[in-house]
Amino acid sequence: MALVTPALGGKTATETVRASLTRRERDTAGFVMAGLLLFAMLLTLVILLTLLIQLFAEAGPYLADRKWSFITSSIGSDPDKIGVWPGLFGSAVIGIAVVVIAIPMGIAAAVYLEEYASAKNRWTQLILVNIRNLAGVPAVIFGVLGFIIFVTWLEPMSSGKTLIAAGLTMSVLVLPIIVITSMEAIRAVPQGLRDGGFGVGASRWEVTRDHVLPYAAPGILTGTMLSLARAFGEAAPLIIVGAVTGLLPETSLSGRFTAVPILIYSWSGKPQPPGSEHSFTEAAAAAGVVLLVLVLFFNSAAIVLRNRFERRRTGT
Amino acid sequence: MNNELSDTVTQQAPERMIGIDVSNETRASLTAVTPELSHPVFELSDVSVLYGDFRAVRGASMSIREHEITAFIGPSGCGKTTILRCLNRMNDFIETAKVEGTINYHGVNLYDPEVNSTEVRRRIGMVFQKPNPFPKSIYDNVAYGPRLMGIKNRAELDAVVEKSLRGSALWDEVKDRLKSSGLSLSGGQQQRLCIARAVAVEPDVILMDEPCSALDPIATARIEDLMKEIKSKYTIVIVTHNMQQAARVSDRTAFFTTEVGESDRRTGQLVEFNPTAKMFSNPDDERTEQYVTGRFG
Amino acid sequence: MLTLTDLRGSSKQRNRERLMRLLFQAAAMATVLISALIVFVLFRGAINFLRLIDWKAGILSDNGWLPRRERFDLRTIVWGSFMMGLVAMVVAVPLGLSVAVFLSEYASPRVRRVIKPVIEVLAGIPSVIVGYFVLRFVAPEIVTPAFNPTSQFNMLAAGLGIGILVIPIMASVSEDALASVPDSLREASYAIGARKINTVFRIVLPAAISGLVAAFIIAVSRAIGETMVATMAAGIDGSGPFDGYSPTSKGLSMTGAMTNAVGGTDQDVGGASFEVLYFVGALLFVITMLLNLVGNRIVNRIREQY
Repeated sequence: MALVTPALGGKTATETVRASLTRRERDTAGFVMAGLLLFAMLLTLVILLTLLIQLFAEAGPYLADRKWSFITSSIGSDPDKIGVWPGLFGSAVIGIAVVVIAIPMGIAAAVYLEEYASAKNRWTQLILVNIRNLAGVPAVIFGVLGFIIFVTWLEPMSSGKTLIAAGLTMSVLVLPIIVITSMEAIRAVPQGLRDGGFGVGASRWEVTRDHVLPYAAPGILTGTMLSLARAFGEAAPLIIVGAVTGLLPETSLSGRFTAVPILIYSWSGKPQPPGSEHSFTEAAAAAGVVLLVLVLFFNSAAIVLRNRFERRRTGT
Repeated sequence: MNNELSDTVTQQAPERMIGIDVSNETRASLTAVTPELSHPVFELSDVSVLYGDFRAVRGASMSIREHEITAFIGPSGCGKTTILRCLNRMNDFIETAKVEGTINYHGVNLYDPEVNSTEVRRRIGMVFQKPNPFPKSIYDNVAYGPRLMGIKNRAELDAVVEKSLRGSALWDEVKDRLKSSGLSLSGGQQQRLCIARAVAVEPDVILMDEPCSALDPIATARIEDLMKEIKSKYTIVIVTHNMQQAARVSDRTAFFTTEVGESDRRTGQLVEFNPTAKMFSNPDDERTEQYVTGRFG
Repeated sequence: MLTLTDLRGSSKQRNRERLMRLLFQAAAMATVLISALIVFVLFRGAINFLRLIDWKAGILSDNGWLPRRERFDLRTIVWGSFMMGLVAMVVAVPLGLSVAVFLSEYASPRVRRVIKPVIEVLAGIPSVIVGYFVLRFVAPEIVTPAFNPTSQFNMLAAGLGIGILVIPIMASVSEDALASVPDSLREASYAIGARKINTVFRIVLPAAISGLVAAFIIAVSRAIGETMVATMAAGIDGSGPFDGYSPTSKGLSMTGAMTNAVGGTDQDVGGASFEVLYFVGALLFVITMLLNLVGNRIVNRIREQY
């Protein structure tokens, strides 16, 4: 062993090496960098917290005052009396539309792309590129699509600017997400499972139905939860499809409609009418709390499911 | 390429076994070869398999006989598994795979466009290298195939499950816990479960792709015994890396090797196809002799 | 004796298999149909709009975005989207990238398990709520005191809100890019005796650069496509004169112009002030699609590499 550390100034070589190895070098640049990163992280955290605090601080007293009447009342022009009921109704119908239309369609498309279609085929590639693009199209453009197709062209079916049109529009919006997440879940199914099915003489559909889909179910469910969260939170497409912001006499499937995010949008800017105790912004905050609870529920469900799915796959 | 099939088979114990350490039992079992040629189940004529423009294996011809165990042996990459997977159309799932030549199954061209590959796989079952029981109960694993075939009656299913599990020598070990997951069994048990699952649809042929390579010697021995027990009911084709295993269980052996072709790609080919006793004592081809004596591969 | 018919299988089963395959294929093809319809609707409407107005005067006029008076100053809305996007990226890139670097290179698994869900919560916050936050807090408490703009509603405030919205996507795509850098590179760097900061900045980040660029592009695309915050906080409430290039001026994004075109009770379907919806939509679609195509292409190439 050739040590290039000669004995220095009276010490032996061993002592010199030990000294150089144990010396605490002050890595200032690294320290500063790590500090900056930590600062950025904390700043992000602070932003999130500030947002939540602002929301809950303004909504709190208002909700304490109104209690359940906020949930059950309809919209109107008096902040002391309005409620989110029409919005909840609208959002609920949209959610059901997504579950009934987008989810089966999305899973079916994913099954085709992963199990039936040949990967090298030009058409398959086209469909895949197309779906990834659709996933990045701004939500407002789906609103334009919905306005032409569902509100105008399909008016006999949807009766115009109604929840039917809104539900269909939002289904189209979330379809790409469902396809992409379902495809990933299906891709994770081990080939040995399919082989076992084929080896016993099961057909492609039987293998998909009995083995692939059950195994991929948690992953698919995760995508479903994420898409529902998205469907509840988006407002832009609904504005284009004709959601109402002011007055809504009755909630129905064949009349005008609204949804919770629309209410937040509409109330956030409104000035406080003279004579009322509360302001529209307080109501907006309260509606924001309602929406947040709804959306975060589904997002957390997705995260929990995904963690469970990961654990099962890696066998921990 | 030597694949002469002798009309009569040597009846006496081979005087010398080249290169392999065999016990007396194995030596004895090698003499108990089927005296006359049974009906051919598969007739392969000049079968080649290409992946795209790469010829993975070329020109294999042989007759696989009923109620025999036929072993495919040879070094890695020589096409044994590729040919095996042709026999039940599993290569259909590989997009670039193309099969040339003819494979006749009981006289019917297996690759005829009218032939339904699902139907093929009900008659020609497969057991894989890594045991792959379904993530279901033991009962449901075995009952899966019969259910697909339309058997719904509980009593009938129970009977099939028991018969199949007995037939794969697993019944006694699991009869009290048919509801527990198939994945809770040991490796060897899982593989026997996969055999039971394959047997439950009452196939004609069972293909086995290195079924014991993931198992310990004791589990391997049990499966080898099982193979010998059930061959009277099925025709078995087994791919194996283990020469001793081929010598122990098979009636006939096919030896594959690779040759380096154009552009340095290795193409597999069938070198010799003969009764096992002959393959290991007096093979026709020098390459076979070199392989079985361990001089290469 | 076996015959060919034995191996054909039952026609009932064959038909069922064919039906299922067709159903699945139809679902997949529907996605292509959706894209085709979007393109058709937008471009048909855009052409219709261009025919309705005296487009030379209309689009390139100098007076701002006043659809009811047939003044469609493209510059107003394009600059609006651009400025808000710029401010958004000034916020999202440092914060998002820092989160990604921290999670990928510095954080212990325990810290990761805490931070990642936080980012995912942030990602799940609907844009309307961020819009509310900007109106009630960011604009009055941060922007106004610090920059003293003419109005509380300005492009800077809106841009900050959009930036908050875009942090999670920037962080997550960047993190994927960093994670795909093989550990062997890091190990090689440490093995020479490099310190962590050197490894991260000289080895890992450059190796991940294409993925980080993709993250940036995808985030920009999101920022430009964002509607609610831009509509609520940017200042030109649907129509108004051009207010200036500075971020503290009032602004109008392309998305804001679209929501305005639909506007309320006096919808003029068929008229220019409504049909401009398609024109701006087509413009927005083309811009975001180009960005997404480039970004996705890079991401796919990385996935193949590693």
